Amino acid sequence: MASDPTTRTEIFPAGIASVGLGEVKRQIPIDEPSPLAPNAHLAIIGKPVPRQNGRAKVTGATRFTVDVAIPGMLHGRILRASLPHAEIRAIDSAAAARHPGVRAIIPIVIPGDPSSSIVRYIGAPIVAVAAVSMAAAEEALRLIRVDYKPLPFVVDMDRARDSTAPAVYDGASAPRGHISGYPAAAGLPLNGNVRGPTTEVRGDPVKGFAEADLVIEGEFRTQVQTHCCLEPHAIVADWRADGLTVYMSTQFTAGVRHELAEAFALPLNRVRVIVDGMGGGFGSKSMLGNYGRIAVALSREAQAPVRVVLDRKEEQMDAGNRPGTWQRLRIGAGRDGTLSAISVASYGTAGIGLGAGIGNVAQAMYACANFEASQHDVFINAGPGCAMRGPGNTQGAWAMEQTIDELAERLSIDPLALRDRIDLSPTRREERRIGAVRIGWNQRHAPGADSGPIKRGMGVAQSLWGANVQTNCACEVRILRDGSVEILSSVQDIGTGIGTVMAQVVAEVLGLRGDQITVRIGDTDFPAGPPSHGSRTTASITPAARVAASRVLQSLINEAALALNAAPAQLIARDGRILVRDDPGRNMKFAAAAARLRTDRISAVASRSDDYAGFRRRMEDAAMAQQDLGGVQFAAVAVDTETGIVRVERVVAVQDCGRPMNPLLIESQVQGGVLMGTSYALFEERILDQHTGRMVNPNLEQYKLAGARETPAIEVVALENYQGQSATDAYGIAEPASIATAPAIANAVYNAIGVRLRSLPMTPAAVLAALGKVPSRSSRT
Amino acid sequence: MINTASAIMGVAQAKEAASERVIGPDATAIGLRVNGVARLVHLEPRATLAEALRGPLGLTGTKIACNRGACSACTVWLDGVTVCACMMLAIEVGARNVTTIEGLATGDKLHPVQTAFIEHDAMQCGFCTPGFVMSCAALLEHKPDPTADDVNAAIGGHFCRCGAYPHVVTATLAAAAARKA
Repeated sequence: MASDPTTRTEIFPAGIASVGLGEVKRQIPIDEPSPLAPNAHLAIIGKPVPRQNGRAKVTGATRFTVDVAIPGMLHGRILRASLPHAEIRAIDSAAAARHPGVRAIIPIVIPGDPSSSIVRYIGAPIVAVAAVSMAAAEEALRLIRVDYKPLPFVVDMDRARDSTAPAVYDGASAPRGHISGYPAAAGLPLNGNVRGPTTEVRGDPVKGFAEADLVIEGEFRTQVQTHCCLEPHAIVADWRADGLTVYMSTQFTAGVRHELAEAFALPLNRVRVIVDGMGGGFGSKSMLGNYGRIAVALSREAQAPVRVVLDRKEEQMDAGNRPGTWQRLRIGAGRDGTLSAISVASYGTAGIGLGAGIGNVAQAMYACANFEASQHDVFINAGPGCAMRGPGNTQGAWAMEQTIDELAERLSIDPLALRDRIDLSPTRREERRIGAVRIGWNQRHAPGADSGPIKRGMGVAQSLWGANVQTNCACEVRILRDGSVEILSSVQDIGTGIGTVMAQVVAEVLGLRGDQITVRIGDTDFPAGPPSHGSRTTASITPAARVAASRVLQSLINEAALALNAAPAQLIARDGRILVRDDPGRNMKFAAAAARLRTDRISAVASRSDDYAGFRRRMEDAAMAQQDLGGVQFAAVAVDTETGIVRVERVVAVQDCGRPMNPLLIESQVQGGVLMGTSYALFEERILDQHTGRMVNPNLEQYKLAGARETPAIEVVALENYQGQSATDAYGIAEPASIATAPAIANAVYNAIGVRLRSLPMTPAAVLAALGKVPSRSSRT
Repeated sequence: MINTASAIMGVAQAKEAASERVIGPDATAIGLRVNGVARLVHLEPRATLAEALRGPLGLTGTKIACNRGACSACTVWLDGVTVCACMMLAIEVGARNVTTIEGLATGDKLHPVQTAFIEHDAMQCGFCTPGFVMSCAALLEHKPDPTADDVNAAIGGHFCRCGAYPHVVTATLAAAAARKA
């Protein structure tokens, strides 16, 4: 075999630590460091290191975008549509323009222009104003007169599917691709409000169902959920003659820079995007957004910095949401549980947007030769959906994981035993084993077995999520002459603590402590980092950080080698020193080596190389790893059959993220995912009034969120799962941590009361209706 | 220590002061005692305490997330009693002492709740964190040995979308233990 001079062969640890580690041979780029040992052998990586910016957060010092104030800064506010579907015939802004303190007014809707004069949801932007104070901007909005011609509208998905329903779009105006950052297939037919289907067929589903010993079929619904980031969507735009600087609460500084450059015809080197504190995104802050464009346009118009911060009502109406779905799922199986066919049809609504599919849980979780899916988007007159933590798969898992539970019961097979037969993933097999012990699965009783009014039950469900990687992803590591170290990347910390994890990686390489490393991130003046969506940040940036640190260390070692009179290859960095591997007594302090540098600082930039065994697929700047990320969650619930209240008492979440980099941060993130899933399961729902199209709960008290009292005891187990795929072998955790929660709770509710709830959320009314104690709700959004 | 009587008197003082003359709607001078320092701001009477703190006083650690008392992100102390700063007008504060997140530490020495929040990672994005810290620290002032239920009651009005509640409870109990030690 001819050897490739750009690569070399290395042996990596491989497998799940709790099962037993083996080895895997990989060809890796010649200039990447040797395989990282398993966590047990490392000093800092894999340890529960507290987040570096914790002190700033607990003292209120962290500067979030809403806290950014620039001298001369104006305040932008947006006038929004008060009707769900209308043609704007005229806008009179004359009085607003005369109002004291108003500096700029820009139209968003252009009356008379057929491509721009129609508003299709309550909350759609119409006009924007910048003024010297928030109050002046608000007053100016009230002086603007809008002449609406009301058009028929529909906000209920079931009604919208009817061919006689008012059309949200016509063929010319309907969006074709993704308008909200969530991928949607292009070129699909539009019939009334129904777009699609996207279809997928594998094998021969008809034959598969004919051969089945039994067929389970069910209809499932999921509600619309809103992101409810505590920090509202916010931007400060500062347009100057020499370039545009934007402070933005964003999940993707580098992506927003690209969007701005394109939208305002600026070269990339004239656009800078900065974020320090970032108060939650969950998918809704991945893109520039209409409010972002508006802020920049106002700043350009007013020739002054402009801050736009959405209020809570705007957040709920026009900052994205998780689309609602209706699904019909059929599964055919043999008596031994083997799946012979799966068929799923879905209709989902992302309001006026696209991307309401149900992901790939039904396709890919279990072995089944025969499969068919048809997924439809349904337009309604409501604000556009967008990606939200585990988009698609969260909705899909709701149906699939309940149906598998039902199949297990019909076959009189334990749900875990059934999954052991039909789920080929060794990772999830181990997760089931660990979780079953933790939750006490052997204590689980038959459905509805408790005798009193409060009935307890246990359930399990699984998640599936692609292991995403951003290949357009880089990081710089600098060593300064005094021995201090900096990491630089545009990657943003949205609350995961990625900066801390990067510092752990660099400290491990340089033989320093994490707190000796200064992390400078969230600024596009630094090398372009990955987005923080799709659970890809750690997988993308930590290998680049390790490679950059290794390269810059090599330069330092070359200096130290002269002083220690040793060959560079003999030197290693450990415990704050550079030392001779086989003669550790010969050493010098890290800072002493740095003091010998010829220049004030040395630096290395590295980018994310491909996974060593290659990717499953690539999509421009992104790729998907060969393995999936999995998780198995167990829930224990108590259902009060008199009030209908479901209490989730315990959740055990066993998750896979490749190499766990920081168990403390992972525990936080998984607990958050479980809590968001619990909240989705029991409480949250965007409610639209059918008669006015208005959201009736656009706030944080009538839009119900789980709080401290609704939080179950959450036990988190992160597998150590090595693949030998990158310089750190780390992958993501955020989304898989949320996908399985709602169906695990639903399966536990079934186990408690012996009745299955197929619609979200599982409110007391829904539980009582399922028990036949009150009539069920007829109409839903 | 919390002085509930003082907090109630503060309302009375503010009402008395307000009844002497008509003020507003234009900006007026409002005196506030914030983190032990007397401050004077010029604001319209409709300005909330949260707006006064975040705007002219530059104390942006107090966050506005819902602006209607539903999420408690803006929690500050008035004479040691927790209030939502978005639900109170600056002009109502009167003589009461306002403590914000910036005033909780003693110089460089963090409050035990702050230290425990860092150690136990009782935060993720951190936007709601100052409010949680203020409520948990207030809890320890009047109940030095709380149970987990007490902590859950103290933070029952707070929202954290990242879901830090379990670590907030752990951290607050740890802070209570550290104070006793």
